[in-house]
Amino acid sequence: MIPTLGHFVLFLALGMSLYAAGAAVYGARLGREDWLASSRNAVLANLCLVTLAMFLLEYALITSDFSLRYVANNSTRGSLTRYKIAGLWGSLEGSILLWVWLQSLFSALVVARYSDRHQAVMPYVQAVLQAICAFFLLVMTFAANPFATVFPVPPDGRGLNPLLEVTDMLIHPLLLYLGYVGFSVPFAFAMAALITGRLSGEWLKNTRRWTVVAWLFLTGGIFYGGWWSYRTLGWGGYWAWDPVENASFMPWLTGTAFIHSVMIQERKGMLKVWNLVLITLTFALVIFGTFLTRSGILGSVHAFAEGPVGMLFLGFLALVLLFSLGLVAYRADRLQGHGELDSVVSRESAFLLNNVVLIGICFTVFLGTIFPLLTEAIRGTKISVGTPYFNRVSVPLGMALLLLMGIGPLIAWGRASLNNLRRNFLKPLVTAAAATALLWALGVRLAEALLAFFCGLFVVATIALEFWTATRARAGTTGEGFLQAFAALLLRTRRRYGGLIVHLGVVIAIIGIAVSSIYKVEHEVTLKPGERMEIGPYTVQFNDLQAGERPTHILVWANLTVLKGSTPLAELKPGQRFYPNQQSPFASVDARYHWSEDLYTILSTFERDGSSATIKVMINPMMAWIWIGGGVILLGVLVAVLPERRLAMLTARAKAQPA
Amino acid sequence: MTWKKLLIPLASVPLILLLAYGFRTDPKAIPSPLVQKSAPGFRLKAFDGGEVSLAELKGKPLVLNFWASWCYPACYEEAPLLEATWRKFKDQGLMMVGVDIQDKEANAREFLQRFGFTFPNAPDPGSKVSIDYGVYGVPETFFIDRQGRVAYKHVGALTPALVEAQVQLLLKGK
Repeated sequence: MIPTLGHFVLFLALGMSLYAAGAAVYGARLGREDWLASSRNAVLANLCLVTLAMFLLEYALITSDFSLRYVANNSTRGSLTRYKIAGLWGSLEGSILLWVWLQSLFSALVVARYSDRHQAVMPYVQAVLQAICAFFLLVMTFAANPFATVFPVPPDGRGLNPLLEVTDMLIHPLLLYLGYVGFSVPFAFAMAALITGRLSGEWLKNTRRWTVVAWLFLTGGIFYGGWWSYRTLGWGGYWAWDPVENASFMPWLTGTAFIHSVMIQERKGMLKVWNLVLITLTFALVIFGTFLTRSGILGSVHAFAEGPVGMLFLGFLALVLLFSLGLVAYRADRLQGHGELDSVVSRESAFLLNNVVLIGICFTVFLGTIFPLLTEAIRGTKISVGTPYFNRVSVPLGMALLLLMGIGPLIAWGRASLNNLRRNFLKPLVTAAAATALLWALGVRLAEALLAFFCGLFVVATIALEFWTATRARAGTTGEGFLQAFAALLLRTRRRYGGLIVHLGVVIAIIGIAVSSIYKVEHEVTLKPGERMEIGPYTVQFNDLQAGERPTHILVWANLTVLKGSTPLAELKPGQRFYPNQQSPFASVDARYHWSEDLYTILSTFERDGSSATIKVMINPMMAWIWIGGGVILLGVLVAVLPERRLAMLTARAKAQPA
Repeated sequence: MTWKKLLIPLASVPLILLLAYGFRTDPKAIPSPLVQKSAPGFRLKAFDGGEVSLAELKGKPLVLNFWASWCYPACYEEAPLLEATWRKFKDQGLMMVGVDIQDKEANAREFLQRFGFTFPNAPDPGSKVSIDYGVYGVPETFFIDRQGRVAYKHVGALTPALVEAQVQLLLKGK
C-alpha cells in the first residue's frame, strides 16, 4: 500500500512541478494571468504532494515497515522513535525527499510572499525553483526511489550508522539542507533577472534577507557539524578537510563573498556580472557538493550509496552551469558596470580584496578536494592531499581575511583620506600592537600565535571603537543614556551593526581555532587501576574498568578521576561502544568542557580482564571559543535580518515601559 | 553573441568532463596484498560442533566466505548462490567454508537455517580470522587454490558468473 501510493505521489509531484514551471513561463510570455494563477496553485499542490510523500515515509519508518528497503536499511525495531524519524535523512533516498520538501516549501513561501509584487520577474523565479524541484523528484522517481520494496521482508532492519545515533544528528543535516536550499532563492531571482533583462539591482534587494538567512543556516550547519564531530567522533578534532566537509565549506565561501560584493553593487553599481557569477557558483557548488557525496567518485567517510544518481547529478550540474553562465554571457552587454574604482585605499577595494581572498580559499579547497581525481586523470596514479596542504594555504589567507575584516567596515567609500585612516585605525593598531607585545612579554613566542592575536585584537579594537564613537555621538545629540543609545544604534542601523557583531563572532572563532590547534597537548598512556598520569596542570587517575548493556549496544568505560593539584575536579568516563552489527567499536568520548580549556579523554584500548587501559588525554585550550564565536555570529545575523516591524514593536514597548 | 562571451559558460566544460571521468574509476579499488600469497591459517569451531581448519583442507580448492546475519542485503543476496555452488561442485572436490563475524549466535543460527546451509560455517571469536584476512566489510570471499594460495578476492555480493568462473579456475589448477 505505502510503496505504491508513495511512488505514485512522487510521480504526481513531478508532474505538478513540471506543470508549474511550464505554466509560469507560458503565462509570462503571453501575459496570461489565468496561467500564472494556475502555476501558483500548482506550486502549492506540489508542496502538498511532497509533504504527503514525506509523511508516508515517516509513517513507514516509525512503524518499522521493513517491506520498504529504505526502512530496512535505516532503522531497527529497537531504535528510539526520534532516531526512527531521523532515518529520513539517514541515507540517500530519504535525504533527497527531505531536500525536495524544503525546496518545495521555500518555493511556496516565495510565491506566497511575492504574489502581489515583482510581477515581471516572479513567473521566472517560480519556474526556476520548480525546475530544481522537478530535478530532485526525477532522481527519486527514476533512480533513488525511497519507496522501493524488498522481498523477502527482513525480520529486523540494519539501523542507522551508530555515529548518527546522537541528538545532534537530528539538527546538523537539517541546518545544512536549509542553507543549501536557501541559496536556491537568490539564484532563482538572479536567473529571473537575466531572463527578463531587468538587471538593475532589484534582484539583490529582494533577496538580501533570503541570502543572509541561507548563509546563517549554512554557517550554523558547519559549526554544528564541527561541534558534533568534536564531541562524538573521538579523535579530538572538529574539522578534517574531508570531501563532504569541503562540500559545505565551498558554497559558504562563495556565499560569503556574495554577501559582501553585493554591497559594492548597491553602492557603486559595479561588479554586476561578478555578483551573478558568484550566486551561480554558490548554487553550483551546492549541487557539486551533493554530487560529490552521492556519486561515490571520491572516497569519504560520509559517502552515500553509488548508482545512477551520480550521473543524474552531474548532468544537472552541467545544466546549471551552462544555462546560467550562458545567460550571463547573453546579457553581458547590458551588464556594463557604471562605476569605477576611485582609489586603492577605499572600502570598495577592501571588499574586492576580501572577494579575491575568499575565492582564493575556495579554489584551494576545490583543488584539494578533486586532486585525487585530477592526478588519476593526468598521471594515472591516485594521490590525495591532506590536512597539511589545506592548512598551509588557508591559514595565511585566513589571516589576510581577518585583517580585511578590521579594515573593510571602517574605511571610507571612494577615497579614504589620511584623516579617515588615522581616526579609525590608529588607536586599534596601537592597542593591538601593545596587547601583542604584552603577550610576548608574558612568554608567547610562536609567530603564528602572535600574528593571530594581533590580527584578531585589531579587528576587535576597530569594532569596539566604532561602537563607542557612534554610541557616544548618539547619546550626545539625543540626550539618551549610554545603554539606550547603544540599543537604538543597533536597531536603527541593524545591517551595519549586525554585520560588525558577525565579524566579532568570526574573530572569536578564529582565535579559538588558532589557539586550540597551536597549543594542543596530547598524551597517551597505558595505566593499571589506581595509577595516575600527569598532563599540564592536571592529574588523571584511572580507577577501574566497567561494562554495561545499553538498549542498542554494549558500553565499556573507564572511570577516571581528574585532579588539579590535590583537589578533585571531575569524574570522566570515556568508553567504547560495541554494536552487534558493526565490526569495530565506536568511541564514547568524555571531557570536561570549560571556557578556558577542555580536558578531553578517549579510551583507546583495554584489557578484557580490566587489568589495564590505554587512555588518550588531550588539553584543547580555548576550544569553547569556537562554539561561542558561532553563537555570536548567530546573534549578529539575527540583529541584521529581524523584520523591521517586529523591532519597531519591541522598541515601542521598551519606550512605553520606563514612562 | 561573440566568441569571447561564449568563454564564460565554456569555462565549466573541462570540470564537467573531469567529473564524468570520475565515474570510470573506483575509489574503493585497493588490491588485496594477499592475492597470490599463502592464505593465513585458521582453526575454528563450527556451529555444528565440528572443527574446520585450513591445514586439513590443504590440497583441495576452497571458497572462504565471510558473512554476518546483520549484513543486509548483500549477504542475503549471495547466500542462495553459495549453497547452490556448494551442492553443484562438492563432488568435484571443492570445499566451502563460511565464517560468521561480529554476530549474535541466535541471529547467525537463524540465518543458517533460513538458507539451509550444508557447508561448514563457524563463528570467528575475537575476529581473529577476519583480521588475518584483512576483511574490511562483509561479504568478502576468498578463492584459495590447492596450494593454499589466495587466487582471487571478491568484495561485495557474489554473482553467478563470477563464482562459476573462479570455481572452474580453482578446480582446473593442480
